[in-house]
Amino acid sequence: MRRRVRVPMREQDPEERIKNFNEVALGYSEDEALLEADRCLQCPKPRCIDGCPVGIEIPAFISLIKERRYREAYRKIKERDSLPAITGRVCPQENQCEKTCVLARTGEPVAIGRLERFVADYCVENTQEIDKESSNDKRIAVVGSGPAGLTVSADLAKLGYSVTLFEALHLPGGVLTYGIPEFRLPKDIIKREFEYVRALGVEFVPNVIVGKTILLDELLEDYDAIFIGSGAGAPVFLNVPGENLLGIYSANEFLSRINLMRAHLFPEYDTPLKIGKKVLVVGGGNVAMDSARVSRRLGAEVTILYRRSREELPARLEEIKRAEEEGINFVFLATPLAFKGSNGWVDSVECQEMELGELDESGRRSPIPKKDSTFTLKVDTVIIAIGNRPNPIIAKTTQGLEIGRHGEIIIDPETGKTSKVGVFAGGDIVSGSATVIEAMGAGRKSAMAIHRYLTTGVW
Amino acid sequence: MYKIIDKKRLSTNVVQMTIEAPLIARSIKPGQFIIIMVYEKGERIPLTVVTSDKKNGLITIVFQEVGKTTKLLGKKEIGEELYAVMGPNGNPFPVRHYGNIVLVAGGVGVAEIVPIAKALKEADNYIITIVGARTKELLFFTDVLASVSDKLCVTTDDGSYGIKGLVTLPLKELLDTTHIDMILAVGPTIMMKAVSDLTKNYNVKTYVSLNPIMIDGTGMCGGCRVTVGGKTKFVCVDGPEFDGHLVDFDELMMRQKTYLEEERLALKLLEEKDA
Repeated sequence: MRRRVRVPMREQDPEERIKNFNEVALGYSEDEALLEADRCLQCPKPRCIDGCPVGIEIPAFISLIKERRYREAYRKIKERDSLPAITGRVCPQENQCEKTCVLARTGEPVAIGRLERFVADYCVENTQEIDKESSNDKRIAVVGSGPAGLTVSADLAKLGYSVTLFEALHLPGGVLTYGIPEFRLPKDIIKREFEYVRALGVEFVPNVIVGKTILLDELLEDYDAIFIGSGAGAPVFLNVPGENLLGIYSANEFLSRINLMRAHLFPEYDTPLKIGKKVLVVGGGNVAMDSARVSRRLGAEVTILYRRSREELPARLEEIKRAEEEGINFVFLATPLAFKGSNGWVDSVECQEMELGELDESGRRSPIPKKDSTFTLKVDTVIIAIGNRPNPIIAKTTQGLEIGRHGEIIIDPETGKTSKVGVFAGGDIVSGSATVIEAMGAGRKSAMAIHRYLTTGVW
Repeated sequence: MYKIIDKKRLSTNVVQMTIEAPLIARSIKPGQFIIIMVYEKGERIPLTVVTSDKKNGLITIVFQEVGKTTKLLGKKEIGEELYAVMGPNGNPFPVRHYGNIVLVAGGVGVAEIVPIAKALKEADNYIITIVGARTKELLFFTDVLASVSDKLCVTTDDGSYGIKGLVTLPLKELLDTTHIDMILAVGPTIMMKAVSDLTKNYNVKTYVSLNPIMIDGTGMCGGCRVTVGGKTKFVCVDGPEFDGHLVDFDELMMRQKTYLEEERLALKLLEEKDA
């Protein structure tokens, strides 16, 4: 009898984990992985692959796990995904490969993400083999070292291109480094995946802002093609009164202080962070969950305020569940109207109750204010996690690059080609904030298109 | 990378340092700034570049040792390297022919205003510069500013040099007697506020260069947000220069004090370690 439920993954106990920043999900052991791999039916026409933005041959790698050929399973994944230890942890599999798994119809789908992670972690000691074609004389500039940029860099380096990867910050990884907390994606994992990209021969150049330090047009003189993966780095604020009071952070600032600058280790690290007893996080996505869970680990009582209902929460189910386990409160169907403070510091939030109306552009019911119903919450710290817009720097300083109304770079979705010859773009700079794997999928497409462009010479 | 090539002390706590940063040296324009990290565990802080030498790939910064980060920076010696230097950030100052200009500088603003002053001079402006300091010992770069100004006026709070009083004293006199087309004030926020409050009455266009707390400097964190004309702006990507008559200085000064306690603690620990 085939098990209808997946093998559970061991996790740090909620009571314990809210006192540390260590990884929450502990991964499968070999036995657990074998047990779970055995659930895969090896469908002749697998639908899981269609659900994967980078098209990993899922049944094939799971079959290799069944045969305990883990290194080959790893290589199989790596054919399509340069960063499996990362995607195995942060992909929203429930909306992708696992959603289309045939087992999902009658029970739980195969835990594809957990198996991917198992393989990636298992092979960590196996110093990653470098499999690349002989070098050609073509030079590629990649802008931004987040998931899109890392993917393009790895894919093109493997094809023999000479790749320079530019990063504005002092560390590589983009949102993987400044955005996703340690307990969800340990820094060592990012480091390991990044070292692999470097070992492929990619030259990493930190502290360079393309569009300021070097203009994109200047890069075009020195490189045969450019990929822009500069991300959705511009935080959206609510634009309500009192938002600039002390104690109110964008999620980007709050998370960067911790993840990038290590403010939780102040004064060993020099960047501080002020957090009060009562924290309110505004928003309902993964970034809101991350902000809430970081706050909890810093000892705060945390409430998430979301303008729609529980069903519409855009965060991964697993992250919502973990947030709840960690004692985070949720207030649904409400949004801030104004922040009030004393001595410059925020001390309360006036909120508007909402109700759900008609379906909007996003296919979700849109929140509308409920008449005459406001309430006040006492707070010490507020974190605004309602989204990010594409970073505007390149758009502002580059001629002839077509930009959309939200500041996104306009591309041909099949190839990532921009309106400027030789320049490709992908990831959040094109889509606005989305997922790590979607950015990687876009990077992959662009890498292939760059290869075609430079092989044929046809734009 | 980012090797210190030269270093000298301009006053008791103001240091000038020349650093290897070829990409910045070739791209930075007057009004823009850089972000540095002294060491791996350090903060990212914004600083102004006073001169850049494209040919040799060097930039020169001037900073005042006030907190832990600037003190650590001040201890770095020639031959040592900084962990990170990133830039240029922000927008260049709108350099053009204005006519009669008054430049008002205080604190390290004296250094910050130098590249803008040079560019404005080259754009054929008549430049009157007012430099303010608490006392004579804290004055530096007056010779440099004198060389790019048509007129230079120095004030000290205690009267130990030049006019006794604040920068607004000679500024008011000028506004009462001379036609002024534009004013640029760079220095402590309280000084820029006082200048803006004064010039508002005369309706003279007044630019100020803001210096809030920052992290990334690329528009990502929003920590440097400030209200200008009722709208929230990010100093790192929308500034750093703004119309002084529209800036909410009280909010800015409040936000600058966010980490006062932590800054004191970090400094205390550093001093204990040194002792």
